[in-house]
Amino acid sequence: MGEEKNLRIKIGELKSDIGLLRNLEISIGKLIGEEWAEEAGPTVFPSITDLREWDLKILQRYKPFYMPFCDVCCLCTFGKCDLTADKRGACGLNMAGQQSRIVLLACCIGAATHISHARHLVNHLIEKFGRDHSINVGGLNVEVEAPVTRLVCGVKPKTLGDLEDVLNYVERELTRLLSATHTGQEESNIDFESKVLHAGMIDHVGMEVADIAQVSVLGFPKADPEAPLAEIGFGVADITKPVILVIGHNVPSAAEIINYLMENGLYGGVEVTGLCCTAHEITRYNPRAKIVGPISWQLRFIRSGIPDVIVVDEQCIRADTLVEAQKIKAPVIATSDVNCLGLPDRTKDDVDKIVHDLVSGASPGALILDPAKVGEVAVKTTLLAAPKRMKFKAIPDTSGIIEDAKRCRKCNECRRACPNDLPIPEALAEASNGNLESLANLYEECIGCARCESACPVGLQIHSFIVKAAEKKVKEEKYKIRVGRGAIQDVEIREVGGPIVLGEIPGVVAFVGCANYPKGGKEVAEMAMEFARRRYIVVSSGCAAMSIAMYKDEEGKSPYEIFSGRFDAGGLVNVGSCVANSHIAGAAIKIASIFAKRRLRGNYEEIADYILNRVGAAGVAWGAMSQKAAAIASGFWRLGVPVIVGPHGLKYRRMLLGRKDKPEDWYVYDARTGDKVYVGPAPEHLFYGAETKEEAMVMIAKLCMRPNDTTKGRAMKLTHYIDLSKRLFGVIPDDVHLFVRTLADVPITMRDEIIKILEGKGWKENIIPDPTLLPRLVRKRGG
Amino acid sequence: MGVAVEPWQTAEIPGPKKALAITNPQIVVSLIKRSKNPIMVVGHKAAEVQLENGLLIDYIIRISERAGIPIVSTPSIQSEFIKRGFSRVIGMPLVDIANRLADPEWAGIEGKGAHDLAIFIGFTYYVGWLILSGLKHFSPQIKTISIDMHYQPHASWSLPNMSLNDWGKNLEVLIGGLEVK
Ligand code: SF4
Ligand code: SF4
Ligand code: SF4
Repeated sequence: MGEEKNLRIKIGELKSDIGLLRNLEISIGKLIGEEWAEEAGPTVFPSITDLREWDLKILQRYKPFYMPFCDVCCLCTFGKCDLTADKRGACGLNMAGQQSRIVLLACCIGAATHISHARHLVNHLIEKFGRDHSINVGGLNVEVEAPVTRLVCGVKPKTLGDLEDVLNYVERELTRLLSATHTGQEESNIDFESKVLHAGMIDHVGMEVADIAQVSVLGFPKADPEAPLAEIGFGVADITKPVILVIGHNVPSAAEIINYLMENGLYGGVEVTGLCCTAHEITRYNPRAKIVGPISWQLRFIRSGIPDVIVVDEQCIRADTLVEAQKIKAPVIATSDVNCLGLPDRTKDDVDKIVHDLVSGASPGALILDPAKVGEVAVKTTLLAAPKRMKFKAIPDTSGIIEDAKRCRKCNECRRACPNDLPIPEALAEASNGNLESLANLYEECIGCARCESACPVGLQIHSFIVKAAEKKVKEEKYKIRVGRGAIQDVEIREVGGPIVLGEIPGVVAFVGCANYPKGGKEVAEMAMEFARRRYIVVSSGCAAMSIAMYKDEEGKSPYEIFSGRFDAGGLVNVGSCVANSHIAGAAIKIASIFAKRRLRGNYEEIADYILNRVGAAGVAWGAMSQKAAAIASGFWRLGVPVIVGPHGLKYRRMLLGRKDKPEDWYVYDARTGDKVYVGPAPEHLFYGAETKEEAMVMIAKLCMRPNDTTKGRAMKLTHYIDLSKRLFGVIPDDVHLFVRTLADVPITMRDEIIKILEGKGWKENIIPDPTLLPRLVRKRGG
Repeated sequence: MGVAVEPWQTAEIPGPKKALAITNPQIVVSLIKRSKNPIMVVGHKAAEVQLENGLLIDYIIRISERAGIPIVSTPSIQSEFIKRGFSRVIGMPLVDIANRLADPEWAGIEGKGAHDLAIFIGFTYYVGWLILSGLKHFSPQIKTISIDMHYQPHASWSLPNMSLNDWGKNLEVLIGGLEVK
């Protein structure tokens, strides 16, 4: 530990003089990868302000537009303060400052979650496998094992122990960032926004550390495009067997359950099922495990009575899990210090004693902080509890629903509580007459939050009614998902780097984030398939990766069975859980470093400038709801990758929007001459909320355009943009002329039509520069 | 009235400053008359909601034509206007129009200078809620009216919560009050 402290202090002290102290690399190198010959860039282990200049540049173009979610601030006892319009609080803060501060708080929470997850995982793996266990995320196929960490920290982690040094850095930065949210600290909303970007950047480092640690040690697929298919859906569990349900994100306990089953020859007789990212992780650990679905399936699956034991770790676990589990008489095992559920700590107790208490119902659950013990207790408990429980469920039968529906007062409280404004009272009125069809129709768009039930004055179990009414559909939910493959191989990057940067692969579209969808998960599957068919590279992770799987074509095939898992045009690449999002950022970074041979080490600004201007990538978080999703998005923004969210994502209360009607915002330097060149609004926005799926799809195609596109590439990107707009909006977009730099950009098939538009708009030809926002990258000064 | 002038989604409570409830559609008529450069902002539900005398979009076109107000619509329904022979419409994503309305220097949708009044209709409740919040806080120069079916507390003026039927009737009264231009 002393060694880590020394390293941290040393770097902290020397960093500000980095340009002068050439021996800095030696002092770092000694500790973290002596044979990395690459010279360090200007921002090794950057502090909050080291990349501020870059942040200000992008925030100047993509200005924040705030939509306050609350008019008051209640963060300290000076308040509450009314900040309406231009009022200031007692501390002097105004509304823009407050909104950006809340965004920063959200991103700090998100980053803290990933970073503490990474710390827990690394500690656990070091304890089990030793500090010297090597990092290996893809054997010979992946030489750049940790692109985000290399870029941000300027170090090349070789062992689990090296990851501790990286975590020391991100933990320190996180504490600094959080401190900026205290009353009377920062006052500028733009500086808060710069800190948001910093939080996003360290979040990506934290995610990368977590994922490369588990991939290296736990036998997950290593950058494998042909990672196996696993089963996913409500209907995939064999309910004749005892069923263990794991929920959360942090895999050690769930892995130990599988270990215990295997070691004792029991796996054939027990089903291991998962929800949320732990489900991703167990299928990466053992593809025989099964995924039930994303977060919104928690309540419905528990109430179905199928799980005999519920094991929770951390993040995105419903805070009524214990209450719901008691309704179906299933014991709960909590396994994380950040999520103890009020349960007694039984970590040091005798296994058989704990099992006895759980099976007999003497305790509703137990907190066990030793993953190996969790494995044993969970399996033994399941085997004994299953025959007693007989899949006792908490979902009423049809006659019960019809009777209950008659008690509805038509007060509308349920509908007013429902995030998607679903017409519940109307459906209940029909149900009271014996027709459950309208109730069943709510299933697709219901996110399973149960706010309707909480609101109902007569206590109707509305969510359960919906699930029961849709029973047939629910039981048929059986799909295939390609398990999370982890990183993208260096060789894949070499092959697609050119076509992406030149624009010949029209874009990389990443569907990520949570399941707070406005109209069900099907929309994500439809978008992903549309872009895969158009030969974009489609990447997925987290709940979105699951929603994509839960779709079937006419032949009964899920998208992962239709499209290849290669990182290539027309591929559909599931990288894995939330923390595997780091590989998506990593792929963009590797395009700059491996394909374009830009220096990677501690060279953040140049790589982000490269990505913003050349790598046609966009993220889509259609159901984003969490603070983690906010942090992940910010990490992409700083790196120059725009993110689109669905309508609920507007509740993040701030967009980062470009103004295509302001030509002065869209100039870059031509690195060849130093001249400033107008390149059009590419990409137009950095953070954008769409009302509908159709709007998102057209915007995805648009946001994949980059100043560096070749004419051939631009013509192809314009073809997709115009084609989607025509098909979904019924019109040619009115800004086409802004994306045509020379006539060679015009798609041949649309030539006459577009030339007419160009003439009407007074369009003038422009040059295609070697684009950069960084004057220092200009090779020679022009006139 | 009960819930009529409360946020439709129970938890979407704003703060001290809330929209004045429009108890009589004539109020909207006089606000429009007083405005120098009004605009209508239309969300995607305009092409989905069926009222007694047609789709919501048909009502919107009548309002626009009578009052002589240009429309900016969410791009996905721009063609629905065009199909109906209505051309004084520009398609623009909602966040873009909101961002421009918040800019006092913006030349306006028809280049006639900044708008002083924006009438909102056709939105998913919480989406309209957020956009109107942005304008309430960051663009004092513009007044906003929500004529959607549910009370929007962040607008300057808003119709109260009402049934689909009553909404249609109120829109008819509003249209009736506007002179033909
Ligand atoms: S932090 Fe500032 S604005 Fe918020 S309650 Fe305290 S004094 Fe008021
Ligand atoms: S559980 Fe479903 S129906 Fe109930 S409030 Fe949530 S989304 Fe609406
Ligand atoms: S809240 Fe309950 S009683 Fe009221 S309308 Fe909904 S289901 Fe009926």
